[in-house]
Amino acid sequence: MSIDRRIFFKTAALIGVSMAIGKSFGASSPEKGESGEVEFHGVLYDSTRCVGCQECERVCAAAHDLPEPTETVETGKVRKTSDHQRSVINSYKTSKGDAFVKNQCMHCNEPACTAACLTEAMYKTKEGPVIWRGEKCMGCRYCMVSCPFDTPKFEFMSTNPKIVKCDMCYDRIQKGQLPACVEGCPGEALKFGTRRELIEEARKRIAASPDAYQHEIFGENVAGGTGFLYLSAAPFKEIGLNTQLQNSSYPALTKGFLYSVPSVDVLLPPLLLGIYAATKNNHIKEEEEND
Amino acid sequence: MTSQTFPIAKDNDGKSIGKFILSELKPRGKWLTPFNIISIPTILLGIGLIVIRYVQGLGAITNLTQEVPWGLWIGFDVVTGVAFAGGAYVVTFMVYILNMRRYHSIVRVTVLNGFLAYAFYTGALLLDLGRPWNVVNPMIGNNFGTSSVLFLVAWHFVLYMLAELIEFSPAIAEWLGSRKAKRILSGMTIGAVIFGITLSTLHQSGLGALYLMCKDKIHPLWYSEFIPVLFFVSSIFAGLSMVIFEGSISHKVFADQIEDKEKSHKTQNTVVHSLSKVCAVTMFAYFCLQFLVFIHAKRWDLINSPMGYWFLTEMIGFVFIPMVMFFYSYRTSNIKMIRIAAILTMIGVVMNRLNVTVIGFRWDAAVHYVPSWMEIVVTLAVIFTEIWIFRWVINRMPVLRESPAWAKEKH
Ligand code: SF4
Ligand code: SF4
Repeated sequence: MSIDRRIFFKTAALIGVSMAIGKSFGASSPEKGESGEVEFHGVLYDSTRCVGCQECERVCAAAHDLPEPTETVETGKVRKTSDHQRSVINSYKTSKGDAFVKNQCMHCNEPACTAACLTEAMYKTKEGPVIWRGEKCMGCRYCMVSCPFDTPKFEFMSTNPKIVKCDMCYDRIQKGQLPACVEGCPGEALKFGTRRELIEEARKRIAASPDAYQHEIFGENVAGGTGFLYLSAAPFKEIGLNTQLQNSSYPALTKGFLYSVPSVDVLLPPLLLGIYAATKNNHIKEEEEND
Repeated sequence: MTSQTFPIAKDNDGKSIGKFILSELKPRGKWLTPFNIISIPTILLGIGLIVIRYVQGLGAITNLTQEVPWGLWIGFDVVTGVAFAGGAYVVTFMVYILNMRRYHSIVRVTVLNGFLAYAFYTGALLLDLGRPWNVVNPMIGNNFGTSSVLFLVAWHFVLYMLAELIEFSPAIAEWLGSRKAKRILSGMTIGAVIFGITLSTLHQSGLGALYLMCKDKIHPLWYSEFIPVLFFVSSIFAGLSMVIFEGSISHKVFADQIEDKEKSHKTQNTVVHSLSKVCAVTMFAYFCLQFLVFIHAKRWDLINSPMGYWFLTEMIGFVFIPMVMFFYSYRTSNIKMIRIAAILTMIGVVMNRLNVTVIGFRWDAAVHYVPSWMEIVVTLAVIFTEIWIFRWVINRMPVLRESPAWAKEKH
């Protein structure tokens, strides 16, 4: 009997721990949309204004101590961001003529990468940029596995590898400056602001010249909404944007599992204990039969 | 009760504990066995490759890409290895919770196997980390990523290893000849078992849940919101098949450990026989689940493609057929057929885990990830080292062997 009581207390303690863990889940679940007083910021990229000069690529490299990009844009050739390039410009042949498209981290409202990260090294700041914090990261690359846009890149050839991706120049934003690419763009294809303002602005542009644009903003809904927003003359599919992605958030896909964890942690041990108590004398019978 | 008063060395002819362990560390038996001839060079080569990995970075010995950042080391070593280690929680459940004492003879060896599998596969995980010096962050609370499935899996891993160590510890106490430690540790078994089963349920399914966010990256025949459930159910028969397979080998290789050969042979066969029923039933459940998921997701049009045929091979050839074999051989008590079914099942589980994590992951990419020979050698080196430790323990501790007489007294 005394043994049973001990087990009971152990189980009770376990339940307590699980409950505590369970609570913290609820607390840390990412909130959709703008949080608190600070609104999410983002960048509106207007492909119709982009001239493909690659100035954004150069200033980005300079701002983050990366090698100056030398490759030029070629229509039809898709370049990707890499462990030494956070932002690239590509050119596509579309039904509306050749179009340039910038590519970088989308700064999702509910990022898959931050939900994946077990150390909160990937972090959605309250201002909106999604940043990477090297002092926390253990290099597991789960953020890369999870990001639907394949954004984070890893320095495979380094002994102190970093995760490389656009951080919307978070350090500059904090100082009140614009992201380097936005500041450097000669054609005003990039505009920085709160996500709400940018969506309004984008709608205005579409309304003002409805023939020049697709009547949609890429990023308004995709993956639960993103900080980078795209306007384009040609259908998004034709300019290399992934239109297959779901509109709801990616971390939501794991919610069901995550919420069930505390309940399993809490409910299973007493259940097992119950079965144990119920069957405890079975083996005596079994032994008797054998004798 | 301080540690000095532990009468540890008492039953070892008065030798001091240090000397005793030192003498036990020495290898025993023949050196030039076929296994040693293959495994020693592989392990040495593996160590060399691991050195290169730390000097030059992961890219130097792996074929990982920016699109496929997890390869063989995660997909096979961790995800598949842990599924095979599932035998431990299933067997402890049957023995301690359901009190099915007839499986008692395989508990220790299964738990040992499970514990070593976890120790080595999480070890392999460390090799894969780019910045391993930060691995303690999620443990010491330097930012808990509680919304991360990987965070949960990591914690459940670590705690589970602790639970398994406790479950196995009475054998260590018997080896060291410490009655008192043995009594205390045995008293903790049932708690550890309950704890361990709970943790296993969650991390077996958690390994599947890791891939829930890869909706657009995994081939639709293998991706579904039910991956966690499928992973959990399949870990039951994966683990038991491993128990059957490993048992048939251990009983030959470690024959010298077994005193009453005839009796042991008989118990082993009854155990294998009744395990085949558990395998058959869980595989049936798994097969039905897979079928429901298939119908539910309306995947008929995907079947007529190379990936579709591959899916059918997995489901029919390595789930359905071994399931029928398990059923049939249970009814006819055909031990040999059970062993063959177990091997087929294991191949099926390897296929399934790799299809989710490696083969079906970015199946549509222009360049496919294929593991480098160096990744394979490191994987083999990890497995061989595990077998070495396994053998070392079996040869010394009462795992297959009967416990010493003093340990069997009822208390
Ligand atoms: S695009 Fe990828 S890396 Fe960028 S915030 Fe979204 S999930 Fe994270
Ligand atoms: S690689 Fe770093 S940033 Fe990415 S999930 Fe792992 S710990 Fe987080």
